[in-house]
Amino acid sequence: MLDEALKQRIDQEVAAQDVVLFMKGSPVFPQCGFSAAVVQVLGHMGVKFKGVNVLDDPSIRDGIKEYSSWPTIPQLYVKGEFVGGCDIIREMFETGELAEMLQTRGIEVQLDA
Amino acid sequence: MSMAKTLRRKLQDAFQPVVLEIEDDSHHHAGHAGWRPGGETHFRVRLRANAFEGVSRVARHRLVHDVLAQELQGAIHALELDLGGPHDR
Repeated sequence: MLDEALKQRIDQEVAAQDVVLFMKGSPVFPQCGFSAAVVQVLGHMGVKFKGVNVLDDPSIRDGIKEYSSWPTIPQLYVKGEFVGGCDIIREMFETGELAEMLQTRGIEVQLDA
Repeated sequence: MSMAKTLRRKLQDAFQPVVLEIEDDSHHHAGHAGWRPGGETHFRVRLRANAFEGVSRVARHRLVHDVLAQELQGAIHALELDLGGPHDR
């Protein structure tokens, strides 16, 4: 079970910015190909986001999986809501759904960036 | 039983898919995090089944995660999923 203190810490991380990516490594130095792929998509769209490196904190690394009932990392959150992992973000990017969803929620997207 | 066979059996039983492709992608991750000698750590799955028709992307993935919960907690480090209804490309 996710204890209350850890859940609150994750709540705070998720709410820290409009777009938050739980990932392995940092946005500048991703340490996993799947995390890197999501960073690349967000970078390509010119979306500002906060990266949370789960390798820095084993409790967050395990806790985030339970938090959203999602067994893998990366995990993308927009305005506090879980959007998906690498496969879903890639698919949504390719179909244009990701840009549409971000814009609908008032997040700036620069597709020419 | 190899991991690929286990995945195939579980996914086949759970979804009776019209398309089920499983690829052991472990060799592409040699030396990276989660990789072990002998492979069987990174898989790609393409699945087309009625169960995914009219279901959100997150919900589709969760259906598969539930079926493979045991494997995802242990042996499998990464699972790439391409999920769709029977008529999706």
